[in-house]
Formats: sequence, structure tokens, C-alpha cells
Amino acid sequence: MGITEQDLVGAFYEMIRTAATSIPEDVYRALKEGYERETNPLAKKQLEAILKDIDIACTRKVPICQDTGTPYFFFEMGENFPLRLGAVNAAREAVRKATKDGYLRPNAVDPFYKKNSGDNTGRYIPWIHVDIVEGSDLKVWFMTKGGGSEFPATLIMSEPILGFEKLKSGVIDTIVKYGPLPCPPVIVGVSVAAGADIALTLAKKSLLRPVGERNPDPNIAKLEVELLNAINKLGLGPHGFGGGLTALDVKIDYSYRHPATFAIGIVTSCWATRRASAVVHSDGSWEMTSKHIRYTGSGCMI
Amino acid sequence: MSSAREFHLRTPLRDEDVDKLRIGDVVYLTGTVVTARDEAHELALEVLRGGGSLPVDLRGLALYHCGPVAVKDVSGSWKIIAAGPTTSMRMEPVEPEFIERTGVKMIIGKGGMGRGTAEAMKKHKAVYAVFTGGAGALAAEAIKRVPAVYWLDKLGMAEAMWVFEVEEFGPLTVAIDSTGANLYEQRLAEVAEKAKEVKRELGLPAEE
Repeated sequence: MGITEQDLVGAFYEMIRTAATSIPEDVYRALKEGYERETNPLAKKQLEAILKDIDIACTRKVPICQDTGTPYFFFEMGENFPLRLGAVNAAREAVRKATKDGYLRPNAVDPFYKKNSGDNTGRYIPWIHVDIVEGSDLKVWFMTKGGGSEFPATLIMSEPILGFEKLKSGVIDTIVKYGPLPCPPVIVGVSVAAGADIALTLAKKSLLRPVGERNPDPNIAKLEVELLNAINKLGLGPHGFGGGLTALDVKIDYSYRHPATFAIGIVTSCWATRRASAVVHSDGSWEMTSKHIRYTGSGCMI
Repeated sequence: MSSAREFHLRTPLRDEDVDKLRIGDVVYLTGTVVTARDEAHELALEVLRGGGSLPVDLRGLALYHCGPVAVKDVSGSWKIIAAGPTTSMRMEPVEPEFIERTGVKMIIGKGGMGRGTAEAMKKHKAVYAVFTGGAGALAAEAIKRVPAVYWLDKLGMAEAMWVFEVEEFGPLTVAIDSTGANLYEQRLAEVAEKAKEVKRELGLPAEE
């Protein structure tokens, strides 16, 4: 039995629906722990509202946030996976269907003619990033991010000598500059790369990694923790009302760079981090690889 | 701010309702809330400047910076399924005039607003309050009815002017009060100060 485009539409649709309505387990756990620790009353009130919102969205299968963002697909496509253009078509079709069913708000607008396509598709949207890898499976990450959390996206073209200094100060300055706008507590994706485009792409891809999972390289892991602690010392807190939880995590990735360049990408995700991942096999069977909170009959929980 | 005061208010809001609120207070609102984002602001001001009137009289009501996700139920009436706040600062250039021309008493959004809005709030007795960003499902829970929607065909779902009947809509945190005090301005100055210390600890050079 061969895989069909319709199989993929079904898998992608389920990923979108899951991502839009139920928060990943790792994010939920971090928010809940933050709530339990928080002593600032305004901050606690915000985290309480956030946890209530998550519960309602999951129970009623409605979007967590009305800004259901811009849809992104990251494919790691095995060279022997049977569908290629089919996977791209299926991603667009799944986005259209999820929009029609109210899981995504129609957000795709033609910048020159101001026309909203009405179904979240348009030139280059959904954005689909493809890496070709060995094997015959298709690994898929779906992410959708609201407009507010895109504001802080920052590119720094540093002198290589000052690279890590500019990386650290750039992260702190970005969090301070944008304050409450990206809906903290945020997840911060950071990268070092050869070029501007690579840096921002890798920073965004970093947001796909679960909260609490450290970079396997011990030096990078150390930098992630150092920056996370530094951000949380700022006292910005949930929604900027103060408190100890400004970032849920910091993720760092890199590409090899050119000797003369040190491009730094910084990207934030709001607390409503909506992502799902799955692996699709060449026979059409698939499973979700990300874990999400689920409705158990009496509420939503891990 | 050791503990937040909590208020339960009903629209239409009067000057005395607004006057007792101070930055950091938490409000739960019952009554009529009307949405407007960038394009509804522009269109509303165009109408008002031309001497026309808006489809809904906003005096004493709350204006909500929000682009909801709405679906029609089987009976053909609108149901809001997600309706959290959008970034208020985008509306800052036109908000003072909007407050003056419409008589809204509360503006609800996220992320804070600027000096112009704070001045207008002081002059016309209004407040700016922040609803938890991203909490779209929680907001939708408090929206009990959708009596009307205007400019839907022209502006689309997110930019249209929606009229919501809400019950205990909140938590809303007062971020600008009718004295013109601005919570975010104060908080962000503290954060910027703290950032200097944090940078020193990271071994980064001092600025300036």
C-alpha cells in the first residue's frame, strides 16, 4: 500500500489542530512550575489566567490564542520518501482545511494589495523549509507563531572578535527592548551562523526543541543556562508585570561561519508556544512525536 | 504593589468608576465591549472627522484591541471561539483622537500604550487595561453574546468592529489610569536598570 497525498493531509491536519488547541507538555510543565513558584501577585494572576486559558482551549478544542499566527512547516525529508511535491501540496491543503474548521484564523495578507486570501495560504505561505536527509521517512515539525512574538526578531552582524559578547548583550537588550510585546514568559531561540538568513532560520528552528532539553554540546548548553538565568533576573515577568519568570528556556544552534562573519539570530516564541512534530513512514503510517496535554474527561493534564 | 486591588465594573462606565482605578488594580468587566484594530480605528476616525456617526455609540463603553476567531453556529449567530488582545501600541498614533471623539472610558489591549494615550486618558477620564496576552480561549469564555458586527465585508474577520456582551471579563490589569500614570513606563525603567547589573554579571562592558 503506497502513501497518498490524502494520508499526508490527514496527518498534517491533526498536527495543526493539536498545535493550535493544546500546549506541548514541556511548555505546560514549565508554566505550571512557574505559577507555583511565583510570589508577585500580578505575575501570579497572569500565570493563573494563562493556565486557565490552556485548560479551556484543550477541553473545548478551540485555539489557545486568537492570533493563530503564520504557519511554518519544517521537513526533514528522507531521500527515499515517496512524496515530495505531494508533501508540499498536502501542507497547503491541511492549512486550508484547518482554517475552514476554525483552528487557524485567516492571517495571510498580500502586502501590496492588502488582500487576505482567507485560508492562510499565499505566496510562500505556509512557509515550508525542507532539508533532505538519508532514509525513507518524512519528519515534520509544524509551528505557528503570532504576530506579537515576531516583533523581537533580531539580526546582529557582529565582528567575529566581539561575537559572543554581542550575542549575550544582544539577547538581554532584545528582551529589555520589547518588554511585554512578545507575551512573556517567552522561549528564546538564538543562533550563530555564516549569513543573516541562516542565522534567523536556525534561531527559529531552535524554538522547536522541548523546554528543558539542553544542547548536546556542553559549552553551548552552559551558555543556554547562563542566558536563561540572566533573562530571568531582569524581573520583567509574565506580561511585563514583574516576577521571576520571563523566559521558559533559551535554545542555541549554529552553522559553521565564514572567517569574516558572525551572524547572530535572536527569535522569541510567546508563552503560547504552538508546535507539533511527527514522523510519517513511506507506507503512510505516522505517529506524533511531540507530547501535548490531553483532555481526560475531567480536565486537561499531562 | 504588594497586593492587587480587585474591582468588578459594569458598562456604561462613569467618570467615578474610572477615577477610583489606579495602575496595578485588577478589573473584571461586565457589559458591552467593542473591538477595533488598526483598520477599524482608521475607518472610524474617517467617519467621525467627516461629521458622521459610528454604527455603535461608544460613550462609556470599553474598546478592545482584538481580532477574534469567530464561527457561525447552526442558528446563524456568531460564536467567538478565541479573542485575546492584540498589541495596543500599533494604535497609539490615533488613540488620543479616538478617545476624544468617541468617549470610550476603557481601552483594553496588551503590551502598553504611550504618552499621547496617557495624556488623553487624563484629560477625558479613561483607563487602559491589559488582558492576558494569548489567552484567547479564556476571553471567549467571558463573551456571552455577539449582538452585532460591523464592517465585516469591508475589513474581514480580524479587523471588523465586533460588539461583545461580556460577563466578568478579565483579569484586566490597569496599566494607565486617569491620572495619566503608566505602569509599563515605570516597570520597564526598573527592568532597564536591572539589565545593567545583569550585564555586569555576564562580564559585558558597561554601556555609554
